[in-house]
Amino acid sequence: MRRTYYLITLVFALVFLNNIVSAQCKGFAKKICKLELIPYIHDGNYHAAILTEGEEAELYKTFYSGQDYRLAICGSDALPDIEFQVIDAYKNVLYDNTEHNKSRVWDFTLDASQQLKITVKVPNSNTESEYPASGCVAIMFGFLDEE
Amino acid sequence: MNSQFCKSKKNINFTTNIRFSRKNETIKFRPMPKKYFINTLIIFSLFLVSLILVSCNIGNKKSKENVNIEDFVTEDDIFDDIDKAKKIFYSLPSPLETAMLIKSAGAEYNEELLNSLDNVTNYSTSRSLALNLGIYTTDLSFASLFDQTQTSINYMTAARKMAEGLDINDAIDNETMTRLEENLQNRDIVMDIISETFLNSSSFLKEQQRQDVAAIVLVGGWIEGLYIATQLIGDNTIKNNKLADRVLEQKLSFNIVERMLDDNRENENGEQNEDIINLISELQELKNAFDKVKVQTTQTETVENTETNVTTLKSQTTVSVSQEDFKALQLAVNNLRTSFIQ
Repeated sequence: MRRTYYLITLVFALVFLNNIVSAQCKGFAKKICKLELIPYIHDGNYHAAILTEGEEAELYKTFYSGQDYRLAICGSDALPDIEFQVIDAYKNVLYDNTEHNKSRVWDFTLDASQQLKITVKVPNSNTESEYPASGCVAIMFGFLDEE
Repeated sequence: MNSQFCKSKKNINFTTNIRFSRKNETIKFRPMPKKYFINTLIIFSLFLVSLILVSCNIGNKKSKENVNIEDFVTEDDIFDDIDKAKKIFYSLPSPLETAMLIKSAGAEYNEELLNSLDNVTNYSTSRSLALNLGIYTTDLSFASLFDQTQTSINYMTAARKMAEGLDINDAIDNETMTRLEENLQNRDIVMDIISETFLNSSSFLKEQQRQDVAAIVLVGGWIEGLYIATQLIGDNTIKNNKLADRVLEQKLSFNIVERMLDDNRENENGEQNEDIINLISELQELKNAFDKVKVQTTQTETVENTETNVTTLKSQTTVSVSQEDFKALQLAVNNLRTSFIQ
């Protein structure tokens, strides 16, 4: 009987845990990461996921000539500073935030429209914790209204 | 990475002689009574299995075995190493960005091109509501960028009805409508409101594991942008036409549309998603039209302005297509948009 109770509790806890984690990620993107875009206007797209130390994510997007963009990539407090690179179709690294003090934002504009890949990595922290940290990572884009 | 982990069949051996070593310290554990050990083992195993399932769910990365996407141009090379990351995002221009791209290319406002508000009551299926949430949001963005205040309110109301039809709770609530009405003369705030409502909708859908619906919303909004732009070009020549260049450059985003939809062909239970499969089929005419467009990009040089901290990506993209093939593209967009708003 007690075992059944434990099992039911566990299943419910896990289902709710998933929803809670997703909601926290949404709140993190909206309330914290979006602020990094100011004074740029957020495009409205939502790209966020739970990542663990050592894991990577990628984002593919076309950027258009003449637009002023800000890329903001943020990780929740539980995570070490997020590392990211911006790579073109020729696999050239156009920007690497580890060479810029692990900056959360990058402002750029393009002479010509092109597809770019953004690779995001949660580095391993140097803490002595037995378990790798997990947390929300959000990727957000802003642009300027030219008028 | 997550996908690989989910697929892997590693053996996990449990023993009673557990030792945890931390630095030079070794801790020995006494064997626990059999009754407690079995209980603990069952709970731990269930937890482990559930954790893997949740982890797979969060990653939401489908098997790539059935992916069959043709190479378009050299730009497709960017997808070469795609399976290495745990999570893959495909980002289409949002309705707000789409409207901005059209306006910055010199477009003029034409309200007749927007989807009629009379159509709002026609939409009841998940597919039509999602497509027209994207369409009305692009129309709303387009009207707002041209300071069309009353039209903006009307189209925000239309977008709200689409969101409510999709059970997207509170994405556009009374407070949003009031804030919009109070700030209609301040375009920055209006754009922020549009951006936030779209973020609310897309994050809600993704939170509810409805990525397929979120993808359809984006496709609807993107096609609406293409429709407005191609209609504004009309019979004008595409040579030295900035708006036509913007349309043709969308070939780069079409590539992303295909991959995004392909990722959503199946739901979490491995069942076919008919809405997505039908949409992929409907996009075939547009794909054929974009196949006639040649897009080539040179190597990129980065130039950083140390005063503004803005980097300029210097490269050249050549876009070419015949006037006749552009007509076919216009027709394909028109056909698609007509089917979306019916």
